[in-house]
Amino acid sequence: MTTVQTTTADRVASVTSFLRTFTSRYASVLPTLAAVGVLLLLLMGAQSRFGNFVSPGNMSALLLDNAYLMILAVGMTFVIVTAGIDLSVGSVMAFTGILGASMLSTGVPVYIAVPIMLGGGATIGLLLGVLVQYFNVQPFIATLAGLFLARGLAYVVSLSSIRVEEPSLLWLQATRFRLGDWYITPTGIIAIVVVATGALVMHFTRFGRTVYAIGGSEQSARLMGLNVARTKVMVYVISGFCGRLAGLVLTAYSGAGYPRNGIGTELDVIAVVVIGGTLLTGGRGYVLGSMVGVFVFGTIKSVISFMGAEQSWTHIIVGALLLVFIVVQRAIVARSDRPR
Amino acid sequence: MAVDTAVPPIVQMRDITIQFPGVLALDQVDFSLRPGEIHALMGENGAGKSTLIKALTGVYHIDSGTIEVAGARRVFDSTAAAQDAGISTVYQEVNLCANLSVGENVMLGHEPRRQGRIDWTAVHAEAQRHLKNLGLELDTRSVLSSHSIAIQQLVAISRAMVLDSKVLILDEPTSSLDRGEVEQLFAVMRELRESGVAILFVSHFLDQVYEVSDRITVLRDGGLVGEFLVADLPRDALVTKMIGREMTDLAEISEKSDRAIDRDGAPVLSASGIGRRGGVAPADVSVYKGEVIGFAGLLGSGRTELARLIYGADRADSGEMQIHGDNVKVHSPRQAMEHGIAFSSENRRDEGIIADLTVAENIVFGIQAQRGWTRRVKNGEQDAIVKDYIAALGVRPADPTMRAGNLSGGNQQKVLLARWLATAPELMVLDEPTRGIDVGAKADIQRKVAELSDKGLSVIFISSELEEVLRLAQRIVVMRDRHKIGELDSHDVDAAGLIDYIANNEAGSVAR
Repeated sequence: MTTVQTTTADRVASVTSFLRTFTSRYASVLPTLAAVGVLLLLLMGAQSRFGNFVSPGNMSALLLDNAYLMILAVGMTFVIVTAGIDLSVGSVMAFTGILGASMLSTGVPVYIAVPIMLGGGATIGLLLGVLVQYFNVQPFIATLAGLFLARGLAYVVSLSSIRVEEPSLLWLQATRFRLGDWYITPTGIIAIVVVATGALVMHFTRFGRTVYAIGGSEQSARLMGLNVARTKVMVYVISGFCGRLAGLVLTAYSGAGYPRNGIGTELDVIAVVVIGGTLLTGGRGYVLGSMVGVFVFGTIKSVISFMGAEQSWTHIIVGALLLVFIVVQRAIVARSDRPR
Repeated sequence: MAVDTAVPPIVQMRDITIQFPGVLALDQVDFSLRPGEIHALMGENGAGKSTLIKALTGVYHIDSGTIEVAGARRVFDSTAAAQDAGISTVYQEVNLCANLSVGENVMLGHEPRRQGRIDWTAVHAEAQRHLKNLGLELDTRSVLSSHSIAIQQLVAISRAMVLDSKVLILDEPTSSLDRGEVEQLFAVMRELRESGVAILFVSHFLDQVYEVSDRITVLRDGGLVGEFLVADLPRDALVTKMIGREMTDLAEISEKSDRAIDRDGAPVLSASGIGRRGGVAPADVSVYKGEVIGFAGLLGSGRTELARLIYGADRADSGEMQIHGDNVKVHSPRQAMEHGIAFSSENRRDEGIIADLTVAENIVFGIQAQRGWTRRVKNGEQDAIVKDYIAALGVRPADPTMRAGNLSGGNQQKVLLARWLATAPELMVLDEPTRGIDVGAKADIQRKVAELSDKGLSVIFISSELEEVLRLAQRIVVMRDRHKIGELDSHDVDAAGLIDYIANNEAGSVAR
C-alpha cells in the first residue's frame, strides 16, 4: 500500500474542485449569504457602539416593528421571481387598514370585517394578474394603476385616521408570549407563518418551481408544458393577499386605520427583497432571503434611532446598500452564467 | 436501417392547411411518422417545416386537416396537450430554464412528490437515471447555465424522455454543436430509435441528414413535394426537390472565385501580431483588394474572436493594424466603419437584425448610422436603396414593409448583408453568414459574395462549412485552439486536406 500524502497541491486542487461544485450548484445563494453577512456586521457594529443593542427586548421589537414589511416582502418575492413587480402593495395595505377601521367603527362585527379585509386584496391582485397575463400590460404599469386605484379608494373611505377599538384586533398586537426577556406578538407569529409558508411553497411545490421557471424563461416554461398563465395570475393574487394581511397587521400595530399609511412602502419592500438576494430580472431569489433583507432594513432603522439621527438617513443608507447589492448580484450572475 | 412500412404510423397528419395573414403557410400537407424511424423534414427556410412542427405540437391552430396520434384523432390546443399525447419537442434554441438545476430542468412539472411536497432526493435520482440512459454523467444539482449548449441540448432530450414520449421532434438540434457533440447526439438518437421512438429530425446539414435518417419528407413553399426513403434519394435530387430548380450555381461561384489577386500594392487591411489575452493569440492577417480570405477552424477555435479584433468589437492588446498602408487604431466598431470595414455577426438575432423594425428600416439603418443622425437619408433615396438590395440579394418576400422578425433566417441574413453593403464598405467581415439557413439562400449569399469580391470588395469569410470557405476564398487562415496555425492557398487544398490540416498540423508548419 502506498501512503496517501496530502501535498499542498492536492489541497489546492480539492479546494478548487469544491469551489467549482459550489459555484455550479449554489451561485444563486451567494447574494443572500452576502445579506446575512451584512446583517451580522450591522448587529456587531451596533452592539460594539451602543453596548446594549443586541438585547432580547430590542431583537424582539425588530420582528414586531417590521412584521407588516415581512409579510409584504414574501408576496413581493413571488412576483419578482417571475420577473414582475408589484407597486400596489403599499396602497393596498393602507386601503385595507382604513376600510377595516371604518367598518369596525360603524359597528360591523369583527368576524365579518376581517374576512372582507383579507378577501378584497386578493381581488385587486386577481385584477392586476389578469391585466398582466391576459391583456399583456407591463407589470410596472398595471400595478402602478393598482397603486393609484387602491390609494384613491382609501381616501374615499376616509380622509383622516380612524381609531380601532376592537379588542380582538388590538389583541394581535398587545399580547406578548414571553420566553425570558424575549417575546413575540401574534402579529410576529403571523409574519413568521407567512414566511415559512412562502418558503415551503416556493421550494416544495410545482407551483413554486413554475414561479422560478417563468423567471428563468417564460417562453421555455410555456414550451415545457407548465401552466404559465395561471401561475402568473396567482403570484399577483398572493402579493395582493399579502398586502391585505399586512394592512390588518399594521392596523393592529398602530391601533388605527390611516389612508396615508404606506406611501412609498412598495419601494421599501422592493429594496428589502433585492437586498435579500432576489434578482429584479427574475428566476433567482429566496423568501428567507427577503426575511433577512427585512431584518437588515429594520436594523438600519433602529440603529439610526439609537443614534438619534434623522430617519431620512435610513433611506440614504438603504439606497447605498441597494446599489452595492445590485452590482454584486450582477457580477455573480455574470460569472455563473458563463458556460464552461 | 430498413423501415418496416407495415408498422402503422404513430403520427398521421392529413391535408393540413394553415393560413396566416397574407400567407398560405401550409397547403394540404400530408405527413406520417412511424415508430422506430428517424424521419428528416427537409425544405428551404420558409418552406413550412417549422409551421408543420408547430401544428403538430399544438402551438398553431390548424385551419383544416386532421391529426391522428396512435390511430386516434387529436386536436392539440397547447404544448402541454401535445406532450400529454407523447409528443415532445427539442428546439434549436434550448428551451430550458438556465436558472434552475440540471435535474430540475429534466423533471420540471413531473417532480415526484411525497405528501404533496416535492421529494428532491427522488427528483435528482430520477433525473440522474434519465440522463444516464442517454450516456450523460452530470451533477444534477448544478445550475443548467454552467453547462455548454451541447449538454443543455441533451438535457432537453432527457426531459423529453421523462415524458415517456413516443414522438420526439428535434428542430435544428445540431446547429450549435461541434462534431464530437453531434456524434454524441446521433448515438442517443439511434438508441432511441431502437427503443421504438419516432424521431422527426430537422437539419440544414445534408451530411447529417444522410448520416442518421431513414426517410425524408420534402416541403417546398408550404406544399408537400413528397416522402422518400433515404436510399432512394441521392443528394442532388434532394436539393433539386427542395429548391425546385437545378443546382448549377455553385460551380459557377467557384469559377468566379478562381482568379488571381493582385498582391503588389498595399493591402486593404494588414494586421500584424494582433491578439488579445484570453481571447486569441497574436496573429497576422492581410487582405488585398478584391480578395476573399476564409477563416477556417472548429467552433470556438478563435475565428470569431480574431474577426472581432479586426472590427474593433473587442480591443486588441497587442499588434498593429494598417489600412491601405497607414497605421490606424480601431478601438470600436464605429471607428472600423469609418475606415470602411463592415462586420456581420454570427449571432444575427441578437447582434444584427432588429426584429421589430421593417425590412426597409433594417437595411437603411447602417447607412444612416454611417452618416450620423443629423443627415437623414431621404425617403426617395431610402426607397431606391432598399429596392435595389432586395432585388439584388433576392430577399423573399420582396416586401420592404414586412417586419424583419417575421422573415426566415436566410432572408434575415440577406437583409443584414444588404445593410452593410449599402454603407459601401471596402472590407466586409462575414461571420457565419450561412449558418442555419437553407441551401437556396446559402447559394444566393455565396454568389453575392463572389460577385462583389470580383468587383473589388475585400471579404473575410468565416464559416464552419469548409466547402463554402474553399469555394469562395483565395486564401484560408486556419485557426485552432485560439491560435492561427497556418495560411493555405485554396488551390492547393481540398476539403479533406483542410480537415486534416485543422486536426493535425502543428502551429508554424508549412502548408502543403
